[in-house]
Amino acid sequence: MAKYLLLKHYRGAPASVNDVPMAKWTPEEISAHVGYMNDFAARLEGTGEFVDSQALSPEGTFVRYDGEGRPPVTDGPFAETKDLIAGWMVIDVDSYARAVELAGELSAAPGAGGRPIHEWLELRPFLGEHPTITE
Amino acid sequence: MNEALVRSLTPGVLAVLVRRGADFAAAEDAVQDALVEAVRGWPADPPRDPKGWLVTVAWRKFLDATRADAARRRRETRVGEEPAPGSATAVDDTLQLYFLCAHPSLTPASAVALTLRAVGGLTTRQIARAYLVPEATMAQRISRAKRTVSEVRLDQPGDVATVLRVLYLVFNEGYSGDVDLAAEAIRLTRQLAAVIDHPEVAGLLALMLLHHARRAGRTAQDGSLVPLAAQDRGRWDTASIAEGVEILQAALARDRLGEFQAQAAIAALHADAPTAEETDWVQIVEWYDELTRLTASPVVRLNRAVAVGEADGPRAGLAALAALDASLPRRTAVAAYLHERDGDLAAAARLYAEAAHLAPNLAERDHLTRQAARLNARLEDRAEDRRGDR
Repeated sequence: MAKYLLLKHYRGAPASVNDVPMAKWTPEEISAHVGYMNDFAARLEGTGEFVDSQALSPEGTFVRYDGEGRPPVTDGPFAETKDLIAGWMVIDVDSYARAVELAGELSAAPGAGGRPIHEWLELRPFLGEHPTITE
Repeated sequence: MNEALVRSLTPGVLAVLVRRGADFAAAEDAVQDALVEAVRGWPADPPRDPKGWLVTVAWRKFLDATRADAARRRRETRVGEEPAPGSATAVDDTLQLYFLCAHPSLTPASAVALTLRAVGGLTTRQIARAYLVPEATMAQRISRAKRTVSEVRLDQPGDVATVLRVLYLVFNEGYSGDVDLAAEAIRLTRQLAAVIDHPEVAGLLALMLLHHARRAGRTAQDGSLVPLAAQDRGRWDTASIAEGVEILQAALARDRLGEFQAQAAIAALHADAPTAEETDWVQIVEWYDELTRLTASPVVRLNRAVAVGEADGPRAGLAALAALDASLPRRTAVAAYLHERDGDLAAAARLYAEAAHLAPNLAERDHLTRQAARLNARLEDRAEDRRGDR
């Protein structure tokens, strides 16, 4: 088994096929989208492949250490930051092929007009455990 | 109460229930419930006959569940009376459980989870924590696995090779959570070796013992990897090595060589060397040749290239490496090592950095990055010296 992260971007991914901002969907289309995502997660739990799923606020802050005894410096958000993560799902699957298959299904979530968004999702493998026997 | 002792009784108790006519999935649930009760109640009130106690409690829980189920679904039940045990021996029953839980119809991950629960007696929560997934996900994985094997009849002969692959996966996949999976794999393989006389089962047990013996030497205080050649051999567990070697020798004497015996033989040659320099690399290469005949695995050929590099020099190792597919995992790391031994530090540093980028886990990536950094520092020093000479 291997764990993969499916990353959903607000910004930074190539444009999806059905590229209409969510605010311009009908309420029913939004409900259908949310329902699809929930069903997808529930189905993965049923197959024993679900690990985690979270959505992120688009507004974030950059923070860094500013030296001994000083409070951390905060800055941002930066409108020019190219890559903005919207959320993720973590899956635990038997193969890379299965991870690609599931990412494809998630990308088919319905959007404007009830048609699939064809959104680009970024698939990233986790670094696993170090095996005991390597020689 | 020793939890390991309670868990060692798991397969025997489960087998009794199945032999009495309980279906596997329901019997397995009942045994889990009984185990939970045992762990809770035995410290204060230990039974005289632990297995008998577990059978009685598990059978009662099975009947309760079945009756509730039957009442709810108005389903016919044929388990009201306690049937007499069949003729099969406890040894056969335990063996059949191993076969069932490693059945080829299961994915490797499902077989691992089911084996740890039904044969190992671990709880779903423990297994979930060990594999870093939510408990609900692991519960589903196990119940699907139980459904998959529910059609399989326990009296069909199984293939011991599938069981060994599952146990190998449990051993090799690292350790996390509150269960020591490597130790658990050794326990389950030892238990299997007690019920089936098979040289490859002995070979796998020896392999696990020989690798487990080196565990304390494998990581530094800060958690970083220590390569075999640099390990403090005083920290190796000599009792475990002695046991592994003895089991291996008995298996090899039967002259039915298999993959795990050959791997164990290589591990034994490493364990036998008082220092890394005294390692018998020529014999190790011979064992890799045997392994290459037994499996077509490219990983074996990669490891053979390392051994050839030690036995016949880095140039020979690099020649052996040249024949292997460039995309093979860890090939770049091996190339870096051989180039360094050959004195080409610049190529080695570049390859170590590249290998770190490709590493499949954090421990290896950190180790390879340190190797690249070490060589880059030496190259820097040399450049300084040259500038100083001028």
